[in-house]
Amino acid sequence: MEKSKSKYLLFLGCAIPYRLPSYEISARKVLRALGVELVEMPEYNCCGLPIDPISHDAAMTLAARNLCIAEREGLDMVTLCNGCFGMLNKVNRMLKENKEERERVNEYLKSIDMEFRGSIEVKHMVHVLAEDVGFEKIRDHVKRPLTGLKVAQHPGCHLVRPRRIVGKDDPENPRILKDLISLTGAKCVDYMGENECCGATIVGVNETVPLYMAKRKFDHLIAAGAEMLITVCPYCHIMYDFNQPRIEGMFNTKIGIPVLHYPQLLGLALGFSPEELALNELRVKPTKLLNMFK
Amino acid sequence: MNQSAEVIGAEEIDPRFKYEISRVRGAENIMQCFQCGTCTAGCPVSRFSDFYRPKRIARMIQLGLKSRVLLDRHIWLCTTCYTCIDRCPQSVDIANVIRALRNISIKYTNSMPFVYKFLAETLLKTGELVYEIPGLLTKKRELSGLPPLPRGRPEVIAKIFEVTGLAELLKNVQVFEGVK
Repeated sequence: MEKSKSKYLLFLGCAIPYRLPSYEISARKVLRALGVELVEMPEYNCCGLPIDPISHDAAMTLAARNLCIAEREGLDMVTLCNGCFGMLNKVNRMLKENKEERERVNEYLKSIDMEFRGSIEVKHMVHVLAEDVGFEKIRDHVKRPLTGLKVAQHPGCHLVRPRRIVGKDDPENPRILKDLISLTGAKCVDYMGENECCGATIVGVNETVPLYMAKRKFDHLIAAGAEMLITVCPYCHIMYDFNQPRIEGMFNTKIGIPVLHYPQLLGLALGFSPEELALNELRVKPTKLLNMFK
Repeated sequence: MNQSAEVIGAEEIDPRFKYEISRVRGAENIMQCFQCGTCTAGCPVSRFSDFYRPKRIARMIQLGLKSRVLLDRHIWLCTTCYTCIDRCPQSVDIANVIRALRNISIKYTNSMPFVYKFLAETLLKTGELVYEIPGLLTKKRELSGLPPLPRGRPEVIAKIFEVTGLAELLKNVQVFEGVK
């Protein structure tokens, strides 16, 4: 049976409920406005990605448990986090395609009375917007084009890489998020290193390298004339918004680039107010943007 | 960093190490690396770290420098951005090789970065997430009109940790803080 293309099980992951309710609030509003129904997971656990470095088997089994829960619900999954998407999609594909791996993981799953069957798909919100809702429908819903705004995209890593597994965009020149941004009426500028990593995954081991990586990203997007950065992953967002004052401190410079979750930008264009989209929760205040709505 | 003065003693070499690595899923193609350096050239970490070089790690594996690689804490600097995997002309999934090295090095050195032990133990405690959601935030979710998070299942997570060997691994493992 063909599953509904407008009804998804929402996989929230860890970082969003812990640190970024603004992303969840704006994503839920925008998806609902565009006719996507989100169903709550009856239970779930961490996607497994943060456990992969210490135990690949435990990480895969954690991911597989989430997939089994979705299979039981009979719904495809949508994530808001690049890390969750990357991990769940990779494990889903691997277990579907590789019998040996599936048998090994199913042996582990037996201990919790579950079995992976391979009946669902995993998507990121970006894919749901681009593939299922579609550019045309989004364009039709835009009530207030954000003309005059110059922004930069940060698609992040696991949304597009590895190419062999994700296969939905060109990792060397990612277009989908850029096209989605353009629908809002904002201009999405080209800059050097658009597809480069934020570095957030190693902050717990080394803080200096990620701060250098983030500084380099800001240098490039500022040089291209961008006034804001748009993310679709909680970890990328934490790196650029929450940590921006630390980058400014380390390099003794002012950056002042607001970082919005994509559904916040789209939500404004769809007619939601800044309050409805929790823009006040951003650490770097988007003052110029808010003035447009006074 | 002056590498020209380094001498590798024959007694350091474990010729079986490369096979140990190539048996791990995702790391099978390590012997195909011909040292072109595309991984290091595109690596965002190598740009800002004086020590992390994926090409060098690949060569050390091929040479059988088991102890050196497994004791080298710089393997914890990979951000798993997968750029190296996409660009490798020899289909070496270098980020997966690094993951294999990390898994093996924990057993070899009986140590891991503090952050990973902390995340794993928090997951075990909450039965759901790698962070503990403070009560205040749960209240705030409610006030924002967000649905409550489903309840965690610590007993299920404990079972997964047990059958996959992670519980045993965490028992007596030492931790270290930062890697420069």
